[in-house]
Amino acid sequence: MLDYTAPSTVEEAVRILAGAPGTVKVLSGGTDLLVQLRSGRAKPSLIVDIKNIPGICGIRERDGGFVIGASTPAAVIGECDALQRAWPGVVEAANLIGSTQVQGRASLAGNLCNASPAADSVPALIAAHATCVVAGPKGRREVPVESVITGPGRTSLSPGEFILEFHLPKRPPRSSDAYLRFIPRTEMDIAVVGAAVSLTLDAGGVCADARVVLGAVAPTAILVPEAAAALVGRKLDETSLARLDQAARRACKPIDDKRGTIEYRIKVAGVLARRTATIAYERAGERQ
Amino acid sequence: MSKHHVSTIISGEPTEFLCEPQLTLLDVLRDELNLTGSKEGCSSGDCGACSVTVDGRLVCSCLMLAVEAEGHKIETIEGMARGNDLHPLQRKFLEHAALQCGFCTPGLLVAAKALLDRNPSPTETEARYWLAGNLCRCTGYDKVIRAVLDAAAELRAE
Repeated sequence: MLDYTAPSTVEEAVRILAGAPGTVKVLSGGTDLLVQLRSGRAKPSLIVDIKNIPGICGIRERDGGFVIGASTPAAVIGECDALQRAWPGVVEAANLIGSTQVQGRASLAGNLCNASPAADSVPALIAAHATCVVAGPKGRREVPVESVITGPGRTSLSPGEFILEFHLPKRPPRSSDAYLRFIPRTEMDIAVVGAAVSLTLDAGGVCADARVVLGAVAPTAILVPEAAAALVGRKLDETSLARLDQAARRACKPIDDKRGTIEYRIKVAGVLARRTATIAYERAGERQ
Repeated sequence: MSKHHVSTIISGEPTEFLCEPQLTLLDVLRDELNLTGSKEGCSSGDCGACSVTVDGRLVCSCLMLAVEAEGHKIETIEGMARGNDLHPLQRKFLEHAALQCGFCTPGLLVAAKALLDRNPSPTETEARYWLAGNLCRCTGYDKVIRAVLDAAAELRAE
């Protein structure tokens, strides 16, 4: 038998999550969980709705960076102009999750903890050096987003733990990011490949720092340092793009499925990494 | 199983109901409150036939538990017309023949109203992307988009 509770403090939520017998599910936007409840894939005895915790739905600026509450709907993320200016790649990735209706509920914490290899916001958050604050029985810990997902449908969170908020760091000048997703149509589909690039340029337009992340080509989103290294130390030119393309393709360990073959996904990953890097580079050049 | 007591405002009416925790908002709207305008198409958030707004934000009522409605304002298709006066979107859907079987129509109207409340002059592209989560198997969408853009023009002129 299923029960539901909506605690109004972090401490209460942790106490309930840690003490509950049986299978407990944390409810954020619910756009994945409700589908799993309906299909019988998830059969929790208790649902803990975290949305009544103050601050868990909302965005605030702090120390030049941003704090995004775990359950902030993607639609709210898309409406935050300051976030859009600083992290356009994170915003465009979050705004690719599902339809307008799904955007009204779907959250970054849900997208991360659902742990789909094809989750759109995850590569962009990793490229952005985002961290998340995890609350649990032993207190709070701040971890890099990439350490949360361990495989399809699996996370490193311990029983009783849940994500409270995401932190996006302050941006140096001439920094920006981008996310592109390849799907066979223009809307409402799951990534065949996703690519996120975040970079910082020096005053001469040379790439000083970069992070490149691929989605849907491995059991988890993958950070590809070799692809980032192809960009650093040069202006974006055909040589760096060709190296980026090659490094991205080498990092892929995709599966064959109805959305694409292994060979196809690898090829698209290279092309998408090039296009994403080009957009991020142009955006960074405009941010003095 | 304990039932939860939920207090909401639905289309302006303070509404209370008791529900089991696994029921969706759509289940309660249709089966408890007799508000059967919101339709159950896919029950997985893909078709948009169950679209409602919660505190002004467009959502699929099949992807929300009824208990989550506690303290929130819900708008459904039932609140769209003022008595016998149809909303301009409803009139334009009729004028443009933007429906055939009508199953997707309540969801499309609620979604289109949410768009125009936010953006009184959407481009055709904006309207098409906004409504991408509302599936229609009859019209081919073209008449729907024309009706929405025409309604937007009329609302701007008022």
